[in-house]
Amino acid sequence: MHELPVIEKILKVALDHAVKHRVKRVLAIHLEVGELSDLEDQWMQHYFDHLSEGGRAEKARLVIERIPARLQCTQCGEIFPFAAASDESNVCPVCVTGDCRLIAGKGYFIKNLEVL
Amino acid sequence: MSDEIRLIEVKEEIFADNRKVADDLRKRLQKERTLLLNLMASPGAGKTSLIVKTIAGLSNEIRLGVVEADIDSMVDAETVVKAGVPAVQLRTGGFCHVDASMVNKGLEGLDIKDLDLVILENVGNLVCPAEFDTGAHRNVMILSVPEGDDKPLKYPLMFSICDVLIVNKIDYMDFSDFDIEKMRSRVLRLNPDIEIIPVSCKSGAGIENWLDWLRSLISDQGG
Repeated sequence: MHELPVIEKILKVALDHAVKHRVKRVLAIHLEVGELSDLEDQWMQHYFDHLSEGGRAEKARLVIERIPARLQCTQCGEIFPFAAASDESNVCPVCVTGDCRLIAGKGYFIKNLEVL
Repeated sequence: MSDEIRLIEVKEEIFADNRKVADDLRKRLQKERTLLLNLMASPGAGKTSLIVKTIAGLSNEIRLGVVEADIDSMVDAETVVKAGVPAVQLRTGGFCHVDASMVNKGLEGLDIKDLDLVILENVGNLVCPAEFDTGAHRNVMILSVPEGDDKPLKYPLMFSICDVLIVNKIDYMDFSDFDIEKMRSRVLRLNPDIEIIPVSCKSGAGIENWLDWLRSLISDQGG
């Protein structure tokens, strides 16, 4: 649903860096995407191909690494995986308290660009 | 220039610039002592009804304004103006959410200095609005009983970013298999700090709890 604004942003950041570094072409964009974001890799690439047409980043590959959602225990600091679509409780596997917070799995982060 | 493939470090959050605009807006409004609430929900969950109830309950004590974001209609703003408070309609022109720059634009249509509270009615869906910081001081979402108690499993991001969850249409509870305790535990595992307020905009049940939450928020702010 919100592929368009997300991909526009990714393209803009990539092109800004491409201009700054005077590159001829952007070949690939390495991204980290939080698991809680619902965008599909295939659709992201599809939108990207469309938006990037005719520019320096045309047909660049989106290399997407999904960042798993994780919880952290506020008592002992243990970090453990969070299964968003299940009814499992959030009990810390180490100290068995239930006060755990979501600390990872959101957002979009551009790591680097492969360029010519 | 060589033809070798190089790697350029970027290390950039893609919504960093929106967050900056949102932070600036939050600060500006705080200086004006105007509180901005971002209200999100699926279409039909009761966003406009809750706003109308809020106006009815608070307009004697608090100066309220409303920004209505809609893909392409004026219906909601007209309803709100009829209820007696200033409202601006923000047409997103096909966009499924509003971001901080759009809110800035919408606020130009209101006299912020004369308002204690502005409610932003975001575009109706549980996906996109969760990704974009609007500059609001608090995020509020509505889940209505007919939508089902499984929504926190399907839209975890939305439930994880809200300060308040209004469970609306509790008058439907007897006709549905909505399990509020199940929903509560699903929501709290995503967001242990969230305030859950069951209401019925139709019967008025629970509305006073919502108004009290708003009152205390505004008085904390130094109102």
